[in-house]
Amino acid sequence: MNNKVLDNRAWFFVLPVLVIVLFSALLPLMTVINYSVQDTIGPNAFFWNGAGWFRDILDPTTDIGARFAGALRRNLLFSGIILLIEVPLGIAISLCMPRKGWKVGPTLVVMALPLLIPWNVVGTIWQVFARNDIGLFGYTIRALGIDYNYTVDPTSAWITVIIMDVWHWTSLVALLCFAGLKAIPDAFYQAARIDGASRWAVFVNIELPKLRRVLVIAVLLRFMDSFMIYTEPFVVTGGGPGNATTFISVDLVKIALGELDLGRSAALSLVYNLIILAICWIFFTVTTHLEGREETPG
Amino acid sequence: MPPGRITLDGIGHSYDAPGKEYALQPMHHVWEQGVAYALLGPSGCGKTTLLNIISGLVTPSEGRLFFGDRDVTYLPTEKRNIAQVFQFPVIYDTMTVAQNLAFPLKNRGVPGGRIKARVGEVAELLGLTRELARKARGLTADAKQKISLGRGLVREDVSAVLFDEPLTVIDPGLKWELRSKLRQVHRALDLLMIYVTHDQVEALTFADRVVVMKDGRVLQVGTPVELFERPEHTFVGYFIGSPGMNLLSAEVRGDKALIGNQEIRLASGYPSLPANVPIRIGVRPDYATLAGRNEGLRARIERVDDLGRKRLARVSVDGQKLVATVPPDFAVPGEDAGVLLDPRHIHVYANEYRVEGVAR
Repeated sequence: MNNKVLDNRAWFFVLPVLVIVLFSALLPLMTVINYSVQDTIGPNAFFWNGAGWFRDILDPTTDIGARFAGALRRNLLFSGIILLIEVPLGIAISLCMPRKGWKVGPTLVVMALPLLIPWNVVGTIWQVFARNDIGLFGYTIRALGIDYNYTVDPTSAWITVIIMDVWHWTSLVALLCFAGLKAIPDAFYQAARIDGASRWAVFVNIELPKLRRVLVIAVLLRFMDSFMIYTEPFVVTGGGPGNATTFISVDLVKIALGELDLGRSAALSLVYNLIILAICWIFFTVTTHLEGREETPG
Repeated sequence: MPPGRITLDGIGHSYDAPGKEYALQPMHHVWEQGVAYALLGPSGCGKTTLLNIISGLVTPSEGRLFFGDRDVTYLPTEKRNIAQVFQFPVIYDTMTVAQNLAFPLKNRGVPGGRIKARVGEVAELLGLTRELARKARGLTADAKQKISLGRGLVREDVSAVLFDEPLTVIDPGLKWELRSKLRQVHRALDLLMIYVTHDQVEALTFADRVVVMKDGRVLQVGTPVELFERPEHTFVGYFIGSPGMNLLSAEVRGDKALIGNQEIRLASGYPSLPANVPIRIGVRPDYATLAGRNEGLRARIERVDDLGRKRLARVSVDGQKLVATVPPDFAVPGEDAGVLLDPRHIHVYANEYRVEGVAR
């Protein structure tokens, strides 16, 4: 069996990939790591600071730590809320979408439209749309007698940012679920009819279990994306009013570019990155583990 | 009328405009209670459409459907007392085997104690008792198919079970076992069973009666022996049997048939064959025997296949192909040989349909 040709020159085939990864990921990351462990007292005058910045960030009693803790709380709250809205809503929409005939094409196009709009354009659209002087949405809400002004009222600002994200991204969940639903053979529905199953029983016992895999992907994508949200709140609220909608990414840019604090922002970037990685990894491991345990009989 | 009898009264179906392009030609047929039928035909012949009309998944565009005396043409599927097993096993992934079997009863509001008893009985019948507590998704395809069947049988009102090519995804080695399980269930429960397949071996071994379909039309209903001995249509002759029936263009005059310019005698007379339609005679390879060069029809041997238990010669008679059985110990002569056809097993087909001869 062991007639493989051994030739170490084959490593050269891997070289292009290594070079690309080096320049696209490792080198930029190294710069960040480099900054995260140094402090500076002037142009090009750096000195070793060890884990100092990390200690500050993770300690809520420091100034930067308090900022980070607040932003992290807002990020988690935001991701939680939009997942709670977008996932059920996306499933509901996908169940209503036509699966056969001429209506499928136009429906898919309409559903895909929000996904094709660049983030800052979405931000701009909602920045104008939600204004209560000239924006249709904001004006209408205020005309209904509801006190709505996203520039001064934190609740209004949050509602605006959440509605904007739901408008922008629910389609993604719906389209993923639609693909999952399309993959269910007709025989399942026919068998369920013969078994006398109600619509709800069909949903719980056939559709939802079959959607499980796409839902894992949908939740992962939506969590990562919403946790990294930057452009839309930056354009609409600029993180305000006060710091009501200042998410980690918004704060990070402020620290890095506004305050030119490279050490803190580098450390913050790494912590931010690790949080996303860790949450996704835990979620993925838990869901696949649960699934794997069900596969094994016993 | 027994409630387990199903009557098709002019049932026909067209998926687009009614009357255009029939997927199923309007037909009359009675499915008797307690009989195992096979619906046999090539892909696209309308057998699944017919099955779905009976189960109510498709509403026929023409005709009426009766279960016993009751007109069920427009009755929804869940109200009909039928069960259906599909090509690909349908199970509810998140449930255990027992929950799967209980599902149809739960949906119909049967009390818990009764459900438990029924699930136990059906599991016993299908040999699933040991798997009852397991999750259904981890089981093999044949066990899943048994669960699909079990979900049908668990309902006490079921009087017919429909199978749509149920062995497609089963391991070849297990097909035979599952099929005999179906036979056993059939004997135990006195149910009408309709089994759709395109595999003649499955059809002939499963069914009491086989319904052969082609192009949305029923060509013949008969026992396996009838289909073999007296195919009513050239397609039945050709489709059933391996290899299929030999069909030769011929000119039939009274009790003689002219193949090319060679004459053979027939067992009965055919005085009134329709004119201007193609006439063919059909004879099974089992009743065509290879013989010496001066016996029977003059033929040229093209190839001899040794199948172990028997040998088959592929010959040509005046340019028409024919398969003949080589008798045991018969030394195959060179190229030229004769073929003897057994007159009692020669059928005459006018425009593809068998014509009954008149005894002399």
